Amino acid sequence: MLDRKMILTAITAIGVIVLFMTVNIRGNWQFAMELRSMRLLALLQVAIAVSLSTLVFQTITSNRILTPSLMGMDALYILLQTTLVFALGGLGYATLDPIVKFSTETIVMAGLACLLFLPLLRFTNALVLMLLGGVVLGVMFRSLSSFLSRLIDPNDFAVVQGVSYADFNTVNADLIFPCLILIVFAALFCWRARHILDVILLGKPTAIGLGVNWRIYSVALLVLVGILVAVSTALVGPVTLLGLLVVALGRELAKTSKHSHTMIYSCLVSIILLVGGQTILSHLFANALPLGVLIEFVGGITFIFILFRWRQ
Amino acid sequence: MIELQNVSVALSGVPILSDINLELSGGGITALIGPNGAGKSTLVSAIARLVPTSAGRITVDGLDVAQTPTRTLARRLAIMPQDNVVAGRLKVAELVQFGRFPHHQGRPAAEDHAAVEEALTIFDLLDIKEKFIDTLSGGQRQRARAAMCFAQGTDYILLDEPLNSLDIFYARELMRTLRHVADTKQRSIIIVLHDLNHAAVHADRIIAMRDGSIIADSTPEKVLCTSVLQSVFGFEIDVETIAGKPISLHFL
Repeated sequence: MLDRKMILTAITAIGVIVLFMTVNIRGNWQFAMELRSMRLLALLQVAIAVSLSTLVFQTITSNRILTPSLMGMDALYILLQTTLVFALGGLGYATLDPIVKFSTETIVMAGLACLLFLPLLRFTNALVLMLLGGVVLGVMFRSLSSFLSRLIDPNDFAVVQGVSYADFNTVNADLIFPCLILIVFAALFCWRARHILDVILLGKPTAIGLGVNWRIYSVALLVLVGILVAVSTALVGPVTLLGLLVVALGRELAKTSKHSHTMIYSCLVSIILLVGGQTILSHLFANALPLGVLIEFVGGITFIFILFRWRQ
Repeated sequence: MIELQNVSVALSGVPILSDINLELSGGGITALIGPNGAGKSTLVSAIARLVPTSAGRITVDGLDVAQTPTRTLARRLAIMPQDNVVAGRLKVAELVQFGRFPHHQGRPAAEDHAAVEEALTIFDLLDIKEKFIDTLSGGQRQRARAAMCFAQGTDYILLDEPLNSLDIFYARELMRTLRHVADTKQRSIIIVLHDLNHAAVHADRIIAMRDGSIIADSTPEKVLCTSVLQSVFGFEIDVETIAGKPISLHFL
């Protein structure tokens, strides 16, 4: 299983991490290390959360172009935030205990993910229907958020704006450790379920025929996706096309659809892109170009590329 | 033995099967025939727990399908659903290996590899076992999927329209292979067929369905006659005995 390509990819990922930690350090090393290691931890979590959630979502829906974000899941998270600001006011929102707030949101996200997306799973054979359903849901969540943000006063609106855009420079430091626990459990769960995910990729009827408890796994995996989206959105904000990009690249490298491979490759690619991209952009371009924008740009091109290949 | 007692199935409120009583046992090939919408696929899917029943009871070797853990059932019966596209990049041998999943849960042992090898041999897939499924022709793909069901090592193999979109060569090959499996490996094969003549030549028992009910259930000679086929399909079909088999001349 450990072939040369995987080792090379892993070494690249580690190299990128080392660069991120050491390039251009001036002044107090200890301070820089502390600051950078917190950021690194957040970036790694986002990388893993985004790639695992996309991969798992694509497996349960048996397709390669849908991602939780395209289906409106991070829009749902933003809607939750906006609703909270609307209900509590900017000050009330800011004084909420971040961990209590985050854990409640995660539970709500997991629940809503099931509630909204389980019915859509019936249409896995009709990809266009799924895609349309997701797009409509996404638009609805975004419109509701913007409707709510029109009703609140400008100061509160600034709070909403702060959470609505991906920002890899200012990570939500309070949440790094609670998220870490979730990520570790989620990753362990995915890894343990890798063979079952392989079977689920064969489609619902075949998977049931091979003895997979579809009812339990479809719910469990959607809950997992909901949690992972909550984690990544809470840490840096919505990154719509990152998942699509890294999973597509991960699959390309893996050359197989075994989850033991695609999982590792997608995570590694995701780490290389996020950590490497952040290093290059902040040191070579002095933060002139936000990483989020660049990722959306490259991700968008990938999306079109995959769509074209899929049509053939 | 598979037993259905007063089974009804309704899909989103529309009754598909009504009050089916059926016993399937004793090996051989049982063919389900009937017009589109007769409920053949639904019957097979209900036995394989892919669709829930709205009334009645289905048991496989005494195990209630609705109550038994799905993994236990996966060691008793295998289902090949109607043409579902295999997502992902898989080789033929890898697909067939999935048939062993109920036994090894992802960690194949020597006996699993042996079973896969046997399935590949019987279904004549050894030459193409390293090929990717998405590069195969329709006939080869159906054969690989059938091989996966065989590799599952179950007493019952349910196949939902396996001959769909196969040319006459591959259809004949697949039916002959299934006949071979039924004869030499003591498996009971339940197969949904549209081609009456494949049923006539290869089946031991034919169940004819219409509008969610069983119209006739007997040997090919008894089911495949003009009067029964008239009531099943709603038009007159001449049946001639050719080479000892009741061949339907439904093209005329």
